[in-house]
Amino acid sequence: MILVTVGTQLPFDRMMMWLDNWAEQNPDVEFYCQIGPGHYKPKHAKYARYLPPQQLNDLVLASEVIVSHAGMGSILTALKYQRPIIIVPRLHSEGEHRNDHQVATAKWLQDRPGITVASDEATLHQLLDNRHQMQGSKGISEFASDALIGKLRAAILA
Amino acid sequence: MKKVLAIASGGGHWVQLLRLRPAFEGTNLAYCSTNEAYRPEVGGHAFHVVSDANIWEKRAMVKMFLQVTWMMIKMRPHVVVTTGAAPGLAALIVGRVLGAKTIWVDSIANSEELSGSGKYAGRVAHVWLTQWPHLSSENGPNHWGAVL
Repeated sequence: MILVTVGTQLPFDRMMMWLDNWAEQNPDVEFYCQIGPGHYKPKHAKYARYLPPQQLNDLVLASEVIVSHAGMGSILTALKYQRPIIIVPRLHSEGEHRNDHQVATAKWLQDRPGITVASDEATLHQLLDNRHQMQGSKGISEFASDALIGKLRAAILA
Repeated sequence: MKKVLAIASGGGHWVQLLRLRPAFEGTNLAYCSTNEAYRPEVGGHAFHVVSDANIWEKRAMVKMFLQVTWMMIKMRPHVVVTTGAAPGLAALIVGRVLGAKTIWVDSIANSEELSGSGKYAGRVAHVWLTQWPHLSSENGPNHWGAVL
């Protein structure tokens, strides 16, 4: 199953259309999409506007690959559960976010194992065609860096 | 025991806040976010829900600000920690008025510049942090490490 998420706060119709076009050509592949407040409703993939965190976690565990906007919530979850994730950065120029921080996030994370960036439809389709070759991350620590935790703790207890 | 309010809006902000959990150990801790569905994630701690808002939605902002204010007047936290965004900034402002220590941890997603609320937080936070070394400076924000 391919899990698709655009987060919960903003529509991301461009990515959902790209996805739906691929789903149309691949009717045997199972999808689950969280489309948030999106206007575009997939015609060839199962979707919900919003999935509760527990259900989303279950779907992450059941997924072979995740396709997501370049939001840190989705990315950290994919890394934690060691699922390969394809990220599509939201563009300010398309009105998809208030600035281009997701482009910066994609640039920062593009070489990290388990993460692949798709900035156009052809790349996304190609990655989905070859999804069996993708590997998840080796996992991440459960918490923030010891340095940050230690200093925060000292500041809180001071 | 220190009373701590850990607050963040939903999605990435919330996921990052939870990655700071060990820093809250041994405190009288309450969480606050914008989604009731997060309640099972905080163990036995108190959990408050406020409505979400961003700076373009004046009405929603006012509503959220009042909810945060009311919650904090009842709670009287000694320390407020947030990973953003708007509800976290509101909590820092209210915390400052109520005499709490205020801590802003800017989202790791802001790797090229601080977020709007992150910049503003510099004016109210006692501890003002970025997760990116290159965004830190002598006059703040500071860099103490990152959630990843």
